[in-house]
Amino acid sequence: MKETEISKHTISVLVDNESGVLARVIGLFSGRGYNIESLTVAEVDAQAHQSRITVVTSGTPMVIEQIKAQLSRLVPVHKVSDLTLAGPSVERELALVKVIAAGEKRVESLRIADIFKARAVDATNDSFVYEIIGSPEKIDAFIKLMEPLGLSEISRTGVAAISRGTLTM
Amino acid sequence: MAERILSGSEVVLQALADQGVEVVFGYPGGAVLPLYDEIFKQNRIRHVLVRHEQAAVHAAEGYARSTGKVGVVLVTSGPGATNAVTGLTDALMDSIPVVCLTGQVPTHLIGNDAFQEADTTGITRPCTKHNYLVKNPDRLARTMHEAFHVASSGRPGPVVIDLPKDILVGKAPYLEPGQVQHRTYNPVVKGERSQIEEAMEMLASAKKPILYCGGGVINSGTQACKLLTEFTRMTGAPITLTLMGLGAYPASDKQYLGMVGMHGTYESNMSMHDCDVMVAIGARFDDRVTGNLDFFAPNSQKIQVDIDQSSINKNVPVDIGIVGDVGHVLEDMIKIWKAKQYKIEAAALDSWWKEIEGWRSKHCLSYKQPKDVIKPQHVIRSIHAATRDRKTYITTDVGQHQMWAAQHFGFEHPYEWMTSGGLGTMGYGMPAALGVQVAHPDATVVCFTGDASIMMNIQECATMTQYRLPIKTVILNNRYMGMVRQWQQLLHGSRYSESYSETLPDFVKLSEAFGFTGLTCDKPADLDDAIKKMLEIDGPVILDVAVDDKENCYPMIPSGKPHNEMLLGQETDGNEAIDSDEGMVLV
Repeated sequence: MKETEISKHTISVLVDNESGVLARVIGLFSGRGYNIESLTVAEVDAQAHQSRITVVTSGTPMVIEQIKAQLSRLVPVHKVSDLTLAGPSVERELALVKVIAAGEKRVESLRIADIFKARAVDATNDSFVYEIIGSPEKIDAFIKLMEPLGLSEISRTGVAAISRGTLTM
Repeated sequence: MAERILSGSEVVLQALADQGVEVVFGYPGGAVLPLYDEIFKQNRIRHVLVRHEQAAVHAAEGYARSTGKVGVVLVTSGPGATNAVTGLTDALMDSIPVVCLTGQVPTHLIGNDAFQEADTTGITRPCTKHNYLVKNPDRLARTMHEAFHVASSGRPGPVVIDLPKDILVGKAPYLEPGQVQHRTYNPVVKGERSQIEEAMEMLASAKKPILYCGGGVINSGTQACKLLTEFTRMTGAPITLTLMGLGAYPASDKQYLGMVGMHGTYESNMSMHDCDVMVAIGARFDDRVTGNLDFFAPNSQKIQVDIDQSSINKNVPVDIGIVGDVGHVLEDMIKIWKAKQYKIEAAALDSWWKEIEGWRSKHCLSYKQPKDVIKPQHVIRSIHAATRDRKTYITTDVGQHQMWAAQHFGFEHPYEWMTSGGLGTMGYGMPAALGVQVAHPDATVVCFTGDASIMMNIQECATMTQYRLPIKTVILNNRYMGMVRQWQQLLHGSRYSESYSETLPDFVKLSEAFGFTGLTCDKPADLDDAIKKMLEIDGPVILDVAVDDKENCYPMIPSGKPHNEMLLGQETDGNEAIDSDEGMVLV
């Protein structure tokens, strides 16, 4: 890979779940001018008080290496893993998509939701809220199709990711 | 073991004592009154009262940098903490171990815009290595010990502990340092053996090697500096030091090329540019060192040793990056070099040294001392000569005087040079000198400063007087913010916008008002006597030296230029304008 080529990386960070830890990670990205394309965080081990942060970022190989090194030296960080380099991984995102429409558009949105295996989790006479789970690309495609059909609001979780097979952090 | 229950303030003082702290630099205020009450009741830990919180941090930095220990600061909430921010940032940039205790409003008031409340952990997050807000008394002792561990291990840096007043007043259990283990923060100290072997093979094959070493060597300790000297002599390679690294290798040694970088020596920068194998040890390829990255050491293979993984491949891609403590890695380097009986090819090394001698013969630091006006370089050299037989520590402020001190004062040992390198903080010099003199009461401490820098923490004169700290402050007075003026001359068509010191105080009267001696000197013939007098006075002295106000700091690599396009200044009489728009936008 060329030194100047920008690529997208999904990085998982295992941290102590203490106050300010997310601000530290976000501050590092903004302070040093790195991109955040998506970021999710939740506690994954209540007993050990550990949370997992998944960041999707992009940059040249040198910048990606810097991001990982900078994350690793934060005091509450246990582990940093570049899922994009570590091998095949699964990436999933959940989105709630509100469509307000009547007549044929309303029916068409249901048909497309069916194709995408999206569920209607809320329904009124004028609207649906669809829940869709998949790769970010799949969600993008779903949203694009909903645009002419009365798309009115979107809430996305950001990417959660884990490596395939027996490999662990 | 039964837990001892103490008051929060007692826990803090006990933890400081158990961490071996002898002195705290601070300033009281409402939120830290319980701690000050505890300080009043004991006599194990000495408190030095500064006159501004920024100075407290710089004093702690001076203390830390001149001893290798952790410097400790104590300030109050709100403005106390915000005033400390510049010092903390300075310590972060220069990797100085500092623990800063800040007061905070009681926990139930946090977030209420209470009197003297500031979001201290929020504000100091980007300017500390780590910070803590202690909300639970059970975590107080652990946090104290952890803070010292974090500040002093790995790449050192400042750590803030924010202490709400109710935590200080309430009860808290005490834990000994040995009872605390950090879960995540355990930096690597030992370098990867195979990489070190590879690095030594690379160095042994060099024809034009150079060792480029920085503040990391000094942070690693005196032993690391000894090992560096041993290693350098063993290989026969030339060595250059960064601003932060001065003293890590004896300046008088013939293998030493002088400082590297923007105001480094010609021989050092030319050798960096032309080398074929560069070994960077505890140095971070700062922009002041590298100049234009596109032309930085273009034909070289690079080895980098640093305890901080993020310093490797940050600005300059290297061929071998070794993560580890400099001292440990140097030890392994020496062992491997000996075991494999490596030797850099004598003929190649010989011709490399001949090339270097050619550059050296330019005598890039030379200057002529006329009869009528004192050259600033001459002041530095004269004080160096006058203090040669004493244990002397030097601090500086920031600007031309700082660079002249770095160029002309030969540092033979580590820990003797305190300067604000990364952040470039004007106002660092005098408070840092306080910390140094407190740590070394019998040594000579000289603060080189400028007429602009000195005004940026002038209130610390009162601290010098109060504690009878016999610091010798030498003002290289050119009535300008000299480095600003130099850049305006070179890059902005000599339009000296706001850089002239219009109303300077009478420094003699000022010194007398603060209760110590002020001296002036404006004739070259009187300089030695003035210095002698200054050194003989048993107490603080400010020596105000009127120096040539046209003198520029050379040699110089203008911003955006490569190492081999240095301005030497001598042949141009300092009237060289740099014709580059690119340089104008750079700092």
